[in-house]
Amino acid sequence: MGTRSRPLSPHLQVYRFEWTMLLSITHRITGVGLAVGGVLLFWWLLALAVGPAYFSVVQAILSSWIGRLLLLGWTWAMFYHLCNGIRHLCWDIGWGFEIKTARNSGLLVLAGSILLTLASWMAIYAMRGA
Amino acid sequence: MNLRSPLARARGLGAAHNGTNHWWVQRLTSIALAPLMLWIAYSFISLATSDHAAASAWLRSPINAILMLALIATLFHHMQLGLQVVIEDYVHSPGRKFLTLITMKFGTILLAIGAAFAVLKVAFG
Repeated sequence: MGTRSRPLSPHLQVYRFEWTMLLSITHRITGVGLAVGGVLLFWWLLALAVGPAYFSVVQAILSSWIGRLLLLGWTWAMFYHLCNGIRHLCWDIGWGFEIKTARNSGLLVLAGSILLTLASWMAIYAMRGA
Repeated sequence: MNLRSPLARARGLGAAHNGTNHWWVQRLTSIALAPLMLWIAYSFISLATSDHAAASAWLRSPINAILMLALIATLFHHMQLGLQVVIEDYVHSPGRKFLTLITMKFGTILLAIGAAFAVLKVAFG
């Protein structure tokens, strides 16, 4: 029997759009983005091991406006993936499958990730000012 | 009708001969990562304006070095499990899929070893 005739799941276009779909694909996109963040963590640790001169170069790149913009993105991606990951773990134990609950928990994840990101960066700027 | 042998059914490993291991380990690593990521977020916020001396002193503290090694092991493991699924979903040609998968896996392992080595060098150096 050929593999061509096997049934495949339908393409996404057949489903009516729900904004929770966006949350779902965002989990994957932030996951891939955080994998790039894993390279950043490696780079930062490497710079720390190499020495003060190289570390200050890395620190300068990261504190430039584009560096800070990227770090802001990584902060949000991390908190989003963390919050939505907990949402996934709740589903794994069988909690929150009702449509209303899934929508509400999605809103909670979105709001929580934005709040945690803002709080983190306000803490950084508060320390910088002090 | 079930065409599987009783032994295969009892083992429950399915067509990929791997059972639910991938799914399960992804969950286990995510449970471990939740507190570790909160710790690293807190640490990086406090280190944001630090120079090399302060950051090294932070990593030389045994508790930070140990947690960083735990984070590296868990994060890169979780990362390669997640990237594997993304590659399997979007790279269709078997040859390209195999090549992309092993490149990603080897790369992730090298990153993890490199990061751990850097931690040890700072901690013991």
